Amino acid sequence: MSLLTVSDLAAGYGQIGILRDVALTVDKGEILGVLGHNGMGKSTLLKALSGAIPVTRGAIVFEGLDVAREPPFRRARRGLGYVPQGRQIFPALTVRENMEYAARAAAQPLEIVDDMIARFPRLTPILDRAGGVLSGGEQQILALARCLCGRPSLVLLDEPTEGIQPSIRDEIVETLLRLRRSLGLSILLVEQNVKFMGDLADRVLHMEKGRLSAAATPEIAAMA
Amino acid sequence: MTLRDALGWLLVGAAALYALVAVPTGGELTTMINGSIYASYAILALSLALIWGYAGILSFGQAAFFGLAGYVYAVAGLNLESTPLAAVIAVAAAAGFAALLGYFMFWGRISDVYLGVITLTVSLILYRFINQTAGEEWTIGAAPLGGFNGIPSTPILAPPGHPDEPFLPEQIYVLAVGALLACYVICKLAMATRFGRAVVAIRENEGRAELLGYDTRRYKLGIFTLGGAIAGVGGVLFANSVFVSPNMFSLQTNGQVIIWVIVGGLGTFAGPVIGCFLLMALSTWLGSLDAGPGFAVLDPNLVMGVVLTLCVLGLRQGLLPTALALGERLLAKARGTRGRGAAELGQPAEERP
Repeated sequence: MSLLTVSDLAAGYGQIGILRDVALTVDKGEILGVLGHNGMGKSTLLKALSGAIPVTRGAIVFEGLDVAREPPFRRARRGLGYVPQGRQIFPALTVRENMEYAARAAAQPLEIVDDMIARFPRLTPILDRAGGVLSGGEQQILALARCLCGRPSLVLLDEPTEGIQPSIRDEIVETLLRLRRSLGLSILLVEQNVKFMGDLADRVLHMEKGRLSAAATPEIAAMA
Repeated sequence: MTLRDALGWLLVGAAALYALVAVPTGGELTTMINGSIYASYAILALSLALIWGYAGILSFGQAAFFGLAGYVYAVAGLNLESTPLAAVIAVAAAAGFAALLGYFMFWGRISDVYLGVITLTVSLILYRFINQTAGEEWTIGAAPLGGFNGIPSTPILAPPGHPDEPFLPEQIYVLAVGALLACYVICKLAMATRFGRAVVAIRENEGRAELLGYDTRRYKLGIFTLGGAIAGVGGVLFANSVFVSPNMFSLQTNGQVIIWVIVGGLGTFAGPVIGCFLLMALSTWLGSLDAGPGFAVLDPNLVMGVVLTLCVLGLRQGLLPTALALGERLLAKARGTRGRGAAELGQPAEERP
Protein backbone atom coordinates (compact mmCIF):
# COMPACT_ATOMS: atom_id res chain seq x y z
CA MET A 1 0.00 0.00 0.00
CA SER A 2 1.29 3.49 -0.86
CA LEU A 3 2.20 5.92 1.89
CA LEU A 4 0.30 8.70 0.13
CA THR A 5 -2.49 8.31 -2.43
CA VAL A 6 -4.02 11.43 -3.91
CA SER A 7 -7.03 11.07 -6.18
CA ASP A 8 -9.27 13.49 -8.06
CA LEU A 9 -7.82 16.44 -6.13
CA ALA A 10 -9.00 19.97 -6.82
CA ALA A 11 -7.84 23.05 -4.89
CA GLY A 12 -7.21 26.74 -5.37
CA TYR A 13 -7.40 30.17 -3.80
CA GLY A 14 -10.94 31.29 -3.02
CA GLN A 15 -12.99 31.09 -6.21
CA ILE A 16 -9.94 30.56 -8.41
CA GLY A 17 -9.35 26.87 -9.06
CA ILE A 18 -5.70 25.91 -9.64
CA LEU A 19 -5.43 22.13 -9.29
CA ARG A 20 -7.71 19.83 -11.27
CA ASP A 21 -8.04 16.04 -11.27
CA VAL A 22 -4.69 15.58 -9.58
CA ALA A 23 -3.80 11.98 -8.81
CA LEU A 24 -0.47 10.60 -7.54
CA THR A 25 1.02 8.06 -5.19
CA VAL A 26 4.16 8.09 -3.08
CA ASP A 27 5.52 4.81 -1.73
CA LYS A 28 7.48 4.38 1.48
CA GLY A 29 11.09 5.38 0.93
CA GLU A 30 10.33 6.84 -2.49
CA ILE A 31 11.36 10.28 -3.73
CA LEU A 32 8.77 11.55 -6.18
CA GLY A 33 9.53 14.69 -8.15
CA VAL A 34 7.13 17.14 -9.72
CA LEU A 35 8.59 19.33 -12.43
CA GLY A 36 6.93 22.29 -14.04
CA HIS A 37 7.30 25.92 -14.96
CA ASN A 38 6.35 28.86 -12.74
CA GLY A 39 2.66 29.28 -12.06
CA MET A 40 1.66 25.75 -13.04
CA GLY A 41 0.44 24.82 -9.56
CA LYS A 42 3.38 22.91 -8.09
CA SER A 43 3.51 24.87 -4.83
CA THR A 44 -0.29 24.89 -4.67
CA LEU A 45 -0.19 21.09 -4.76
CA LEU A 46 2.07 20.98 -1.68
CA LYS A 47 -0.03 23.60 0.09
CA ALA A 48 -3.16 21.54 -0.53
CA LEU A 49 -1.49 18.36 0.68
CA SER A 50 -0.19 20.04 3.85
CA GLY A 51 -3.49 21.76 4.58
CA ALA A 52 -2.22 25.31 4.10
CA ILE A 53 -5.10 25.80 1.63
CA PRO A 54 -8.37 23.87 1.62
CA VAL A 55 -9.17 21.27 -1.02
CA THR A 56 -12.45 21.60 -2.91
CA ARG A 57 -12.66 18.01 -4.11
CA GLY A 58 -10.84 14.72 -3.91
CA ALA A 59 -9.05 12.55 -1.38
CA ILE A 60 -5.62 12.68 0.27
CA VAL A 61 -5.08 9.25 1.80
CA PHE A 62 -2.03 9.32 4.06
CA GLU A 63 -1.06 6.09 5.80
CA GLY A 64 -4.49 4.66 5.03
CA LEU A 65 -6.51 7.64 6.30
CA ASP A 66 -8.17 10.39 4.27
CA VAL A 67 -6.76 13.63 5.71
CA ALA A 68 -8.17 15.97 3.04
CA ARG A 69 -10.51 17.69 5.51
CA GLU A 70 -8.17 17.71 8.49
CA PRO A 71 -6.57 20.95 9.72
CA PRO A 72 -2.85 21.43 8.99
CA PHE A 73 -1.65 20.78 12.54
CA ARG A 74 -3.31 17.35 12.61
CA ARG A 75 -1.75 16.36 9.29
CA ALA A 76 1.63 17.47 10.59
CA ARG A 77 1.17 15.37 13.72
CA ARG A 78 0.35 12.36 11.54
CA GLY A 79 3.78 12.68 9.93
CA LEU A 80 3.22 14.91 6.93
CA GLY A 81 6.13 17.35 7.03
CA TYR A 82 6.27 20.46 4.86
CA VAL A 83 9.23 22.65 3.95
CA PRO A 84 7.70 25.63 2.16
CA GLN A 85 9.15 27.82 -0.53
CA GLY A 86 10.91 30.76 1.12
CA ARG A 87 11.71 28.57 4.18
CA GLN A 88 9.62 30.61 6.65
CA ILE A 89 12.08 30.40 9.49
CA PHE A 90 11.01 32.06 12.73
CA PRO A 91 13.34 35.06 12.51
CA ALA A 92 13.39 35.95 16.22
CA LEU A 93 14.12 32.39 17.39
CA THR A 94 17.62 30.95 17.32
CA VAL A 95 18.53 27.99 15.12
CA ARG A 96 18.24 25.61 18.07
CA GLU A 97 14.94 27.16 19.22
CA ASN A 98 13.50 26.81 15.72
CA MET A 99 14.29 23.10 15.83
CA GLU A 100 13.11 22.57 19.41
CA TYR A 101 9.88 24.31 18.54
CA ALA A 102 9.19 21.76 15.80
CA ALA A 103 10.18 18.82 18.01
CA ARG A 104 7.79 19.92 20.73
CA ALA A 105 4.93 20.34 18.27
CA ALA A 106 5.32 16.70 17.30
CA ALA A 107 5.84 15.59 20.93
CA GLN A 108 9.33 14.35 20.07
CA PRO A 109 12.09 14.17 22.71
CA LEU A 110 14.54 17.05 22.41
CA GLU A 111 17.36 14.57 21.71
CA ILE A 112 16.10 14.59 18.14
CA VAL A 113 17.41 18.15 17.81
CA ASP A 114 20.96 16.99 18.56
CA ASP A 115 20.46 14.09 16.17
CA MET A 116 19.51 16.48 13.39
CA ILE A 117 22.38 18.82 14.21
CA ALA A 118 24.71 15.84 13.79
CA ARG A 119 23.11 15.11 10.42
CA PHE A 120 23.40 18.75 9.30
CA PRO A 121 26.87 19.77 10.58
CA ARG A 122 26.60 23.15 8.87
CA LEU A 123 24.18 24.13 11.66
CA THR A 124 26.63 23.44 14.51
CA PRO A 125 28.47 26.80 14.52
CA ILE A 126 25.26 28.84 14.13
CA LEU A 127 23.02 27.21 16.74
CA ASP A 128 22.67 30.37 18.83
CA ARG A 129 22.20 32.69 15.89
CA ALA A 130 18.74 34.14 15.18
CA GLY A 131 17.00 32.52 12.22
CA GLY A 132 16.43 35.90 10.59
CA VAL A 133 20.13 36.66 10.10
CA LEU A 134 21.09 33.41 8.36
CA SER A 135 22.00 33.19 4.69
CA GLY A 136 19.50 31.67 2.25
CA GLY A 137 21.38 28.37 2.18
CA GLU A 138 21.62 28.16 5.97
CA GLN A 139 17.92 28.95 6.25
CA GLN A 140 17.12 26.20 3.78
CA ILE A 141 19.12 23.64 5.74
CA LEU A 142 17.50 24.83 8.96
CA ALA A 143 14.03 24.59 7.41
CA LEU A 144 14.75 21.02 6.39
CA ALA A 145 16.28 20.07 9.74
CA ARG A 146 13.40 21.74 11.58
CA CYS A 147 10.88 19.77 9.56
CA LEU A 148 12.74 16.51 10.28
CA CYS A 149 12.68 17.27 14.02
CA GLY A 150 8.97 16.39 13.83
CA ARG A 151 9.94 12.88 12.60
CA PRO A 152 7.75 13.00 9.48
CA SER A 153 7.33 9.91 7.33
CA LEU A 154 6.75 12.05 4.23
CA VAL A 155 8.38 15.42 3.55
CA LEU A 156 6.79 17.85 1.11
CA LEU A 157 9.73 19.84 -0.21
CA ASP A 158 9.04 23.02 -2.16
CA GLU A 159 11.86 24.29 -4.42
CA PRO A 160 14.73 23.76 -1.96
CA THR A 161 17.38 24.98 -4.42
CA GLU A 162 15.79 28.38 -4.93
CA GLY A 163 18.44 31.06 -4.37
CA ILE A 164 21.12 28.87 -2.82
CA GLN A 165 24.70 28.18 -3.88
CA PRO A 166 25.63 24.91 -5.69
CA SER A 167 27.74 23.56 -2.79
CA ILE A 168 24.77 23.72 -0.42
CA ARG A 169 22.54 22.21 -3.09
CA ASP A 170 24.89 19.21 -3.33
CA GLU A 171 24.98 18.97 0.46
CA ILE A 172 21.18 18.86 0.56
CA VAL A 173 21.09 16.09 -2.07
CA GLU A 174 23.61 13.98 -0.15
CA THR A 175 21.83 14.50 3.17
CA LEU A 176 18.40 13.67 1.77
CA LEU A 177 19.67 10.48 0.16
CA ARG A 178 21.36 9.53 3.43
CA LEU A 179 18.17 10.24 5.38
CA ARG A 180 16.18 8.08 3.02
CA ARG A 181 18.57 5.21 3.56
CA SER A 182 18.73 5.55 7.35
CA LEU A 183 15.17 6.64 8.19
CA GLY A 184 13.20 5.28 5.23
CA LEU A 185 12.06 8.84 4.54
CA SER A 186 9.70 9.51 1.64
CA ILE A 187 9.83 12.84 -0.19
CA LEU A 188 7.51 14.64 -2.55
CA LEU A 189 9.73 17.18 -4.21
CA VAL A 190 8.67 20.15 -6.28
CA GLU A 191 11.45 21.76 -8.32
CA GLN A 192 12.36 23.68 -11.42
CA ASN A 193 16.01 22.62 -11.23
CA VAL A 194 16.21 19.57 -13.53
CA LYS A 195 19.71 18.61 -12.38
CA PHE A 196 18.68 18.57 -8.71
CA MET A 197 15.59 16.56 -9.60
CA GLY A 198 17.64 14.10 -11.61
CA ASP A 199 20.05 13.59 -8.70
CA LEU A 200 17.27 12.85 -6.22
CA ALA A 201 14.01 11.61 -7.68
CA ASP A 202 13.06 8.00 -8.40
CA ARG A 203 10.12 9.10 -10.51
CA VAL A 204 9.19 12.45 -11.99
CA LEU A 205 5.77 13.80 -12.86
CA HIS A 206 5.16 16.85 -14.95
CA MET A 207 2.69 19.53 -13.93
CA GLU A 208 1.08 21.86 -16.39
CA LYS A 209 -1.85 24.19 -15.78
CA GLY A 210 -2.82 22.42 -12.57
CA ARG A 211 -2.78 18.89 -13.99
CA LEU A 212 -0.20 16.16 -13.59
CA SER A 213 0.94 14.26 -16.64
CA ALA A 214 2.19 10.68 -16.81
CA ALA A 215 5.35 9.62 -15.02
CA ALA A 216 8.78 9.86 -16.58
CA THR A 217 12.19 8.67 -15.39
CA PRO A 218 14.58 11.41 -14.14
CA GLU A 219 16.67 10.86 -17.23
CA ILE A 220 13.70 11.53 -19.49
CA ALA A 221 12.75 14.52 -17.41
CA ALA A 222 16.29 15.82 -17.64
CA MET A 223 16.16 15.61 -21.40
CA ALA A 224 12.83 17.37 -21.60
CA MET B 1 20.03 35.54 32.09
CA THR B 2 21.57 38.34 30.01
CA LEU B 3 22.96 41.55 31.47
CA ARG B 4 20.00 43.42 30.00
CA ASP B 5 17.54 41.05 31.72
CA ALA B 6 19.37 41.35 35.03
CA LEU B 7 19.36 45.14 34.77
CA GLY B 8 15.65 45.06 33.95
CA TRP B 9 14.81 42.97 37.02
CA LEU B 10 16.99 45.25 39.15
CA LEU B 11 15.12 48.33 37.96
CA VAL B 12 11.73 46.66 38.45
CA GLY B 13 12.81 45.66 41.97
CA ALA B 14 13.93 49.20 42.74
CA ALA B 15 10.67 50.67 41.42
CA ALA B 16 8.66 48.16 43.46
CA LEU B 17 10.67 48.95 46.58
CA TYR B 18 10.08 52.67 46.09
CA ALA B 19 6.35 52.20 45.44
CA LEU B 20 5.80 49.73 48.28
CA VAL B 21 8.06 51.24 50.96
CA ALA B 22 8.97 54.86 50.24
CA VAL B 23 5.57 56.08 48.97
CA PRO B 24 3.45 54.66 51.83
CA THR B 25 5.94 56.04 54.39
CA GLY B 26 5.86 59.66 53.31
CA GLY B 27 2.98 59.89 50.85
CA GLU B 28 -0.30 61.74 51.18
CA LEU B 29 -3.67 60.04 51.04
CA THR B 30 -4.41 61.54 47.61
CA THR B 31 -1.15 60.13 46.29
CA MET B 32 -2.10 56.67 47.58
CA ILE B 33 -5.57 56.79 46.04
CA ASN B 34 -4.17 58.00 42.73
CA GLY B 35 -1.47 55.35 42.99
CA SER B 36 -4.11 52.64 43.45
CA ILE B 37 -5.98 53.86 40.38
CA TYR B 38 -2.79 54.04 38.31
CA ALA B 39 -1.72 50.57 39.43
CA SER B 40 -5.09 49.03 38.55
CA TYR B 41 -5.01 50.71 35.13
CA ALA B 42 -1.39 49.56 34.72
CA ILE B 43 -2.55 45.98 35.28
CA LEU B 44 -5.07 46.51 32.49
CA ALA B 45 -2.24 47.82 30.29
CA LEU B 46 -0.16 44.78 31.21
CA SER B 47 -2.96 42.47 30.09
CA LEU B 48 -3.02 44.13 26.66
CA ALA B 49 0.78 44.13 26.51
CA LEU B 50 0.62 40.37 27.00
CA ILE B 51 -1.93 39.50 24.35
CA TRP B 52 -1.07 42.20 21.81
CA GLY B 53 2.67 42.63 22.30
CA TYR B 54 3.53 38.96 22.70
CA ALA B 55 0.70 37.06 21.02
CA GLY B 56 -0.19 39.58 18.31
CA ILE B 57 -3.87 39.64 19.32
CA LEU B 58 -5.12 43.23 19.19
CA SER B 59 -8.04 43.40 21.56
CA PHE B 60 -9.56 46.83 21.16
CA GLY B 61 -12.03 46.00 23.91
CA GLN B 62 -9.75 44.82 26.71
CA ALA B 63 -11.68 47.05 29.10
CA ALA B 64 -14.63 44.65 28.77
CA PHE B 65 -12.85 42.19 31.10
CA PHE B 66 -11.72 45.03 33.36
CA GLY B 67 -15.25 46.37 33.74
CA LEU B 68 -16.90 42.98 33.95
CA ALA B 69 -14.64 41.92 36.82
CA GLY B 70 -15.34 45.23 38.58
CA TYR B 71 -19.10 44.77 38.33
CA VAL B 72 -19.01 41.08 39.27
CA TYR B 73 -16.87 41.96 42.29
CA ALA B 74 -19.28 44.71 43.37
CA VAL B 75 -22.38 42.54 42.94
CA ALA B 76 -20.80 39.48 44.58
CA GLY B 77 -19.30 41.60 47.36
CA LEU B 78 -22.66 43.16 48.20
CA ASN B 79 -24.34 39.76 48.26
CA LEU B 80 -21.70 37.61 49.93
CA GLU B 81 -20.10 37.86 53.34
CA SER B 82 -16.60 37.60 51.96
CA THR B 83 -15.05 40.23 49.69
CA PRO B 84 -11.93 38.09 48.97
CA LEU B 85 -14.29 35.40 47.66
CA ALA B 86 -16.03 38.06 45.56
CA ALA B 87 -12.64 39.08 44.13
CA VAL B 88 -11.84 35.49 43.18
CA ILE B 89 -15.27 35.08 41.56
CA ALA B 90 -14.76 38.36 39.65
CA VAL B 91 -11.37 37.37 38.23
CA ALA B 92 -12.74 33.93 37.32
CA ALA B 93 -15.71 35.59 35.59
CA ALA B 94 -13.40 37.82 33.53
CA ALA B 95 -11.24 34.83 32.59
CA GLY B 96 -14.31 32.72 31.77
CA PHE B 97 -15.80 35.47 29.62
CA ALA B 98 -12.48 35.88 27.78
CA ALA B 99 -12.34 32.12 27.23
CA LEU B 100 -15.88 32.06 25.85
CA LEU B 101 -15.34 35.05 23.57
CA GLY B 102 -11.93 33.74 22.51
CA TYR B 103 -13.37 30.33 21.69
CA PHE B 104 -15.82 31.80 19.20
CA MET B 105 -13.20 34.14 17.71
CA PHE B 106 -10.31 31.70 17.37
CA TRP B 107 -12.34 28.66 16.37
CA GLY B 108 -14.19 30.90 13.95
CA ARG B 109 -10.78 31.85 12.48
CA ILE B 110 -11.41 35.54 13.09
CA SER B 111 -8.19 37.47 13.09
CA ASP B 112 -6.50 40.84 12.74
CA VAL B 113 -8.75 43.84 12.44
CA TYR B 114 -12.00 41.87 12.78
CA LEU B 115 -10.90 40.64 16.19
CA GLY B 116 -10.30 44.23 17.27
CA VAL B 117 -13.74 45.24 16.04
CA ILE B 118 -15.48 42.35 17.79
CA THR B 119 -13.79 42.94 21.14
CA LEU B 120 -14.54 46.66 20.97
CA THR B 121 -18.14 45.95 20.07
CA VAL B 122 -18.52 43.59 23.02
CA SER B 123 -17.11 46.22 25.36
CA LEU B 124 -19.44 48.90 23.99
CA ILE B 125 -22.45 46.57 24.24
CA LEU B 126 -21.63 46.07 27.92
CA TYR B 127 -21.23 49.84 28.28
CA ARG B 128 -24.66 50.49 26.73
CA PHE B 129 -26.25 47.71 28.71
CA ILE B 130 -24.92 48.85 32.08
CA ASN B 131 -25.84 52.45 31.27
CA GLN B 132 -29.53 51.58 31.08
CA THR B 133 -29.73 49.67 34.36
CA ALA B 134 -30.83 52.64 36.46
CA GLY B 135 -34.22 51.30 37.56
CA GLU B 136 -34.96 49.27 40.69
CA GLU B 137 -35.71 46.27 38.52
CA TRP B 138 -31.97 46.12 37.79
CA THR B 139 -31.03 44.93 41.24
CA ILE B 140 -29.21 41.67 41.82
CA GLY B 141 -29.86 40.58 45.40
CA ALA B 142 -28.61 43.48 47.49
CA ALA B 143 -26.75 45.14 44.58
CA PRO B 144 -28.45 47.80 42.47
CA LEU B 145 -26.57 48.13 39.16
CA GLY B 146 -27.20 51.85 39.20
CA GLY B 147 -27.13 52.63 35.49
CA PHE B 148 -25.02 55.63 34.55
CA ASN B 149 -24.10 56.26 38.19
CA GLY B 150 -22.59 52.84 38.71
CA ILE B 151 -22.44 51.26 42.17
CA PRO B 152 -21.10 53.87 44.62
CA SER B 153 -21.57 51.39 47.45
CA THR B 154 -18.97 49.03 45.98
CA PRO B 155 -17.63 47.13 49.00
CA ILE B 156 -13.99 47.50 49.93
CA LEU B 157 -11.88 44.39 50.29
CA ALA B 158 -11.51 43.14 53.85
CA PRO B 159 -9.21 40.49 55.31
CA PRO B 160 -10.72 36.98 55.24
CA GLY B 161 -12.85 36.45 58.36
CA HIS B 162 -13.06 40.17 59.14
CA PRO B 163 -15.74 41.56 56.82
CA ASP B 164 -16.33 44.57 59.07
CA GLU B 165 -12.73 45.77 58.91
CA PRO B 166 -12.22 46.82 55.29
CA PHE B 167 -8.75 47.80 54.13
CA LEU B 168 -7.79 51.47 54.38
CA PRO B 169 -6.87 53.37 51.18
CA GLU B 170 -3.19 53.04 52.12
CA GLN B 171 -3.58 49.27 52.36
CA ILE B 172 -5.48 49.12 49.07
CA TYR B 173 -2.60 51.04 47.51
CA VAL B 174 -0.06 48.47 48.75
CA LEU B 175 -2.36 45.68 47.55
CA ALA B 176 -2.71 47.27 44.11
CA VAL B 177 1.03 47.84 43.64
CA GLY B 178 1.75 44.34 44.95
CA ALA B 179 -0.78 42.90 42.51
CA LEU B 180 0.81 44.86 39.67
CA LEU B 181 4.20 43.42 40.56
CA ALA B 182 2.72 39.90 40.83
CA CYS B 183 0.99 40.24 37.44
CA TYR B 184 4.24 41.50 35.89
CA VAL B 185 6.14 38.48 37.24
CA ILE B 186 3.37 36.12 36.06
CA CYS B 187 3.54 37.61 32.55
CA LYS B 188 7.35 37.32 32.44
CA LEU B 189 7.28 33.75 33.71
CA ALA B 190 4.47 32.79 31.32
CA MET B 191 6.49 34.01 28.35
CA ALA B 192 9.57 32.14 29.52
CA THR B 193 7.72 28.79 29.42
CA ARG B 194 7.34 26.53 26.38
CA PHE B 195 3.79 27.81 26.12
CA GLY B 196 5.03 31.41 25.99
CA ARG B 197 7.65 30.66 23.37
CA ALA B 198 5.08 28.87 21.27
CA VAL B 199 2.78 31.89 21.54
CA VAL B 200 5.56 34.21 20.32
CA ALA B 201 6.32 31.90 17.40
CA ILE B 202 2.62 31.84 16.50
CA ARG B 203 2.68 35.64 16.46
CA GLU B 204 5.70 35.53 14.14
CA ASN B 205 4.14 33.11 11.68
CA GLU B 206 0.87 31.46 12.59
CA GLY B 207 0.56 29.45 9.38
CA ARG B 208 4.03 27.97 9.79
CA ALA B 209 3.38 27.08 13.42
CA GLU B 210 0.23 25.24 12.41
CA LEU B 211 2.02 23.39 9.63
CA LEU B 212 4.60 22.22 12.17
CA GLY B 213 1.81 20.67 14.23
CA TYR B 214 0.64 23.34 16.67
CA ASP B 215 -3.07 23.83 17.21
CA THR B 216 -2.66 27.60 17.25
CA ARG B 217 -6.25 28.18 18.35
CA ARG B 218 -5.59 26.57 21.74
CA TYR B 219 -2.49 28.67 22.35
CA LYS B 220 -4.25 31.87 21.37
CA LEU B 221 -7.21 30.96 23.55
CA GLY B 222 -4.88 30.24 26.47
CA ILE B 223 -3.07 33.57 26.28
CA PHE B 224 -6.30 35.50 25.64
CA THR B 225 -7.86 33.92 28.74
CA LEU B 226 -4.79 34.78 30.82
CA GLY B 227 -5.02 38.35 29.49
CA GLY B 228 -8.71 38.45 30.50
CA ALA B 229 -7.88 37.23 34.01
CA ILE B 230 -5.15 39.86 34.46
CA ALA B 231 -7.48 42.61 33.21
CA GLY B 232 -9.98 41.23 35.75
CA VAL B 233 -7.48 41.69 38.58
CA GLY B 234 -7.11 45.31 37.47
CA GLY B 235 -10.90 45.71 37.44
CA VAL B 236 -11.29 44.40 41.00
CA LEU B 237 -8.57 46.75 42.26
CA PHE B 238 -10.08 49.69 40.39
CA ALA B 239 -13.44 48.91 42.02
CA ASN B 240 -11.67 49.09 45.39
CA SER B 241 -9.86 52.31 44.53
CA VAL B 242 -12.89 54.23 43.27
CA PHE B 243 -16.17 52.41 42.58
CA VAL B 244 -17.60 50.64 39.56
CA SER B 245 -19.31 52.62 36.81
CA PRO B 246 -20.07 52.10 33.11
CA ASN B 247 -16.99 54.17 32.23
CA MET B 248 -14.92 51.07 32.95
CA PHE B 249 -16.23 49.68 29.63
CA SER B 250 -16.16 52.95 27.69
CA LEU B 251 -14.51 53.73 24.38
CA GLN B 252 -12.24 56.17 26.21
CA THR B 253 -10.93 53.48 28.57
CA ASN B 254 -10.39 51.10 25.65
CA GLY B 255 -8.59 53.81 23.67
CA GLN B 256 -6.46 54.89 26.63
CA VAL B 257 -5.07 51.43 27.27
CA ILE B 258 -3.99 51.15 23.63
CA ILE B 259 -2.27 54.53 23.90
CA TRP B 260 -0.40 53.42 27.06
CA VAL B 261 0.83 50.27 25.34
CA ILE B 262 1.93 52.08 22.16
CA VAL B 263 3.58 54.97 24.00
CA GLY B 264 5.30 52.69 26.55
CA GLY B 265 6.47 50.19 23.97
CA LEU B 266 4.66 47.30 22.32
CA GLY B 267 6.46 44.01 22.87
CA THR B 268 7.57 44.82 26.41
CA PHE B 269 5.84 44.47 29.79
CA ALA B 270 7.47 47.31 31.68
CA GLY B 271 6.91 49.80 28.82
CA PRO B 272 3.09 49.83 28.95
CA VAL B 273 3.19 50.07 32.75
CA ILE B 274 5.52 53.08 32.50
CA GLY B 275 3.36 54.54 29.72
CA CYS B 276 0.26 54.17 31.89
CA PHE B 277 1.82 55.80 34.96
CA LEU B 278 3.34 58.68 32.97
CA LEU B 279 0.23 59.48 30.96
CA MET B 280 -2.12 59.08 33.90
CA ALA B 281 0.08 61.40 35.97
CA LEU B 282 0.16 63.88 33.10
CA SER B 283 -3.60 63.65 32.70
CA THR B 284 -4.15 64.17 36.44
CA TRP B 285 -1.79 67.15 36.48
CA LEU B 286 -3.46 68.76 33.47
CA GLY B 287 -6.85 68.24 35.09
CA SER B 288 -5.64 69.95 38.25
CA LEU B 289 -4.59 73.16 36.47
CA ASP B 290 -7.31 75.61 37.37
CA ALA B 291 -8.41 78.08 34.74
CA GLY B 292 -11.61 79.17 36.39
CA PRO B 293 -14.90 77.33 37.00
CA GLY B 294 -15.75 74.93 34.17
CA PHE B 295 -12.57 75.61 32.27
CA ALA B 296 -9.41 73.56 31.86
CA VAL B 297 -6.08 74.99 30.76
CA LEU B 298 -5.64 72.05 28.41
CA ASP B 299 -8.03 69.20 27.71
CA PRO B 300 -6.20 66.03 28.91
CA ASN B 301 -7.80 63.99 26.11
CA LEU B 302 -6.45 66.42 23.53
CA VAL B 303 -2.98 66.13 25.06
CA MET B 304 -3.24 62.31 25.00
CA GLY B 305 -4.07 62.49 21.31
CA VAL B 306 -1.07 64.72 20.62
CA VAL B 307 1.25 62.45 22.67
CA LEU B 308 0.05 59.39 20.74
CA THR B 309 0.49 61.11 17.38
CA LEU B 310 3.99 62.30 18.28
CA CYS B 311 4.91 58.87 19.57
CA VAL B 312 3.65 57.08 16.46
CA LEU B 313 5.48 59.55 14.23
CA GLY B 314 8.70 59.98 16.21
CA LEU B 315 9.10 57.02 18.59
CA ARG B 316 7.59 54.15 16.70
CA GLN B 317 8.94 51.54 19.11
CA GLY B 318 7.70 53.41 22.16
CA LEU B 319 9.48 54.98 25.12
CA LEU B 320 11.10 51.96 26.75
CA PRO B 321 12.53 50.23 23.64
CA THR B 322 13.79 53.60 22.36
CA ALA B 323 15.45 54.38 25.71
CA LEU B 324 17.03 50.90 25.82
CA ALA B 325 18.31 51.20 22.26
CA LEU B 326 19.73 54.63 23.03
CA GLY B 327 21.40 53.33 26.19
CA GLU B 328 22.95 50.40 24.33
CA ARG B 329 24.21 52.72 21.60
CA LEU B 330 25.82 55.03 24.16
CA LEU B 331 27.34 52.05 25.95
CA ALA B 332 28.75 50.68 22.70
CA LYS B 333 30.12 54.10 21.85
CA ALA B 334 31.73 54.43 25.29
CA ARG B 335 33.27 50.96 24.95
CA GLY B 336 34.58 51.89 21.52
CA THR B 337 36.14 55.11 22.81
CA ARG B 338 37.69 53.30 25.78
CA GLY B 339 39.03 50.60 23.47
CA ARG B 340 40.56 53.18 21.15
CA GLY B 341 42.04 55.11 24.08
CA ALA B 342 43.61 51.97 25.46
CA ALA B 343 45.00 51.03 22.09
CA GLU B 344 46.58 54.45 21.78
CA LEU B 345 48.31 53.94 25.13
CA GLY B 346 49.54 50.57 23.97
CA GLN B 347 47.71 48.45 26.53
CA PRO B 348 44.57 46.29 26.38
CA ALA B 349 41.30 47.93 27.40
CA GLU B 350 40.71 45.30 30.12
CA GLU B 351 43.86 46.37 31.96
CA ARG B 352 42.86 49.98 32.24
CA PRO B 353 41.26 51.07 35.52
